[in-house]
Amino acid sequence: MEPGDRIRKLSPWKWELPVSYKKGMRVPGIVYADEKLMRDIINDKSLEQVANAAFLPGIVGASLAMPDMHYGYGLPIGGVVATKTADGVISPGGVGFDINCGVRLVGTGIAREALGGAEEVKKLVDALFARVPAGVGSKGKVRLSPADENKVMVKGAGWAVDQGYGTPDDLTMTEEGGCLEGADPAAVSEKARRRGREQQGTLGSGNHFMEIQYVEKVYDREAASLFGLEEGTVTVMIHSGSRGLGHQVCTDSLVVMERAVRKYGIELPDRQLACAPFRSTEGERYLAAMRCAANYAWANRQCLMWWAKEVMEEVLRLSPADLRWRLIYDVAHNIVKVEKHRVAGVEMELAVHRKGATRAFPPGHPELPLPYRSVGQPVVIPGDMGTCSYLLTGAEGAMRETFGSTCHGAGRRLSRRAAIRASKGRSIFRELEEKGIHIRCVGRETVGEEMPDAYKNVTEVVDVVTRAGLARKVLRLRPVAVVKG
Amino acid sequence: MTEPRFRLIETTADAGLLIWGDRLSELFENAACGLYRVIVGRRTVKPLLRKSVHARGVDTPGLLVSWLSEWICLFDTEGFLGAAFQVDHVGGGRVRGTGWGETYEPGRHRLLTEVKGITYHRLEICRPDKRLRARLVLDL
Repeated sequence: MEPGDRIRKLSPWKWELPVSYKKGMRVPGIVYADEKLMRDIINDKSLEQVANAAFLPGIVGASLAMPDMHYGYGLPIGGVVATKTADGVISPGGVGFDINCGVRLVGTGIAREALGGAEEVKKLVDALFARVPAGVGSKGKVRLSPADENKVMVKGAGWAVDQGYGTPDDLTMTEEGGCLEGADPAAVSEKARRRGREQQGTLGSGNHFMEIQYVEKVYDREAASLFGLEEGTVTVMIHSGSRGLGHQVCTDSLVVMERAVRKYGIELPDRQLACAPFRSTEGERYLAAMRCAANYAWANRQCLMWWAKEVMEEVLRLSPADLRWRLIYDVAHNIVKVEKHRVAGVEMELAVHRKGATRAFPPGHPELPLPYRSVGQPVVIPGDMGTCSYLLTGAEGAMRETFGSTCHGAGRRLSRRAAIRASKGRSIFRELEEKGIHIRCVGRETVGEEMPDAYKNVTEVVDVVTRAGLARKVLRLRPVAVVKG
Repeated sequence: MTEPRFRLIETTADAGLLIWGDRLSELFENAACGLYRVIVGRRTVKPLLRKSVHARGVDTPGLLVSWLSEWICLFDTEGFLGAAFQVDHVGGGRVRGTGWGETYEPGRHRLLTEVKGITYHRLEICRPDKRLRARLVLDL
């Protein structure tokens, strides 16, 4: 691919959209990708969304996009935008509907062999499927009273631990301790509460999943050892978000922001980027509600993790001491956080919007749990269900270039309908079983929509962020069993 | 040949709808049908019970988003699956209408896709020919 006036190649893994790319851009766009990934990105027309995000008032640095980027709405999926809290805006479109969609990685003290052969693994995945509510329209086992709703929104994963679904160590190993301060339930509508009332402790559908894996390859022995993981160790990965509560918070907020852009005279190329000044009633209310939704999601993943632990202990007939179940880390990848970063040598308070992107703080960062400060923040990168996932750690390059951010996964390559068409005539279930991966899912079309070919190659994505200095590879994980909605 | 009421369009991660109608009320009714096609597919949902929706918007496209958002909320909170719709009033930033359908029953209804919300991305209502046409993107 030839760079031209429109896109400049800065390095084998970094491209620039200059401000001349689209009139109205306040800063350039920077895309992290190699040539091959860049071809998909150009075909999918998501560069336009990188350019559009650069219109946001108060944006600093650049409108960033990670190598797993693809077409979304407002920001592209894989987008990172930082705006000054002093005089910039906050945008729900920079976060998305599934507020704090995120992923956690759990380590165990058992090796792959302990899971047994195909029949034993099928029993295990059947038991997970029966225990964990999943799929469109599913209801959870946790029924929240109005008082509980407020506690979930204010305490996040801490509420779940108070109910007995985990330990305080789990909170230490969760981004933000599993709870953003400044959540105000009064900012959350009754509609959002009703949508979330019966969905606490549900997996969701689409690309949400619970996966049993094992460590296939270790790249960084020091970090892996610190995380208590070695080749063959069984892990569990859980990907889910804020469910209907978060979706409604975003819906409600967009209505408010639509009025706000008119009120504050903000001109935008995409209505989905609707925003308000960070320091406005509208901006503050969105942040307060977004934090409630983020906390709901952390509570959700905490509950899901607890039930997965119970199933593993029961089916494998292991005591807690033998299973040695422990949370490695939990990361959010659809969120806006208030963080301090150096921009042109000056420390600034910024609203860092990550939409399909993950925080990746480097070694020494004071916000990291003490045990991890020497190696950096764990970054959990789920791949598609047929290949592999990765555990990375944050690196210094991320703080210098991307406001401490990196990719979040494999990123879609095919639309859902294109994936279903490509899966016709194939038995994706059987193809995966032949690779030793056992799937249970609720939706009839989920396996087709989520087939491995629908996604970019996660190894290529991870290679770009590691070459760009945004993260370091720690280990690669191979799936054994997957539950999807 | 019957003119189309709506058509699904593809985006990489989500889905869009193109919707047609002779009048604004029909456009909104067809949009709701299109939404439920994404959620529950072509399977027959019987018009056994009735739900009413009121919504407001800053302009007509925004009103369409609000209208569909109300139906998504009803699905999530009450399991309502709509089969047919009638708009009683649309204009002046408000819409009022009724949907007939059923409550979701696992085993009897097979749900296809979770719609998280209606985006404002590429949102448009125009009249390219004698019919109105709307375009919107759903977040899946």
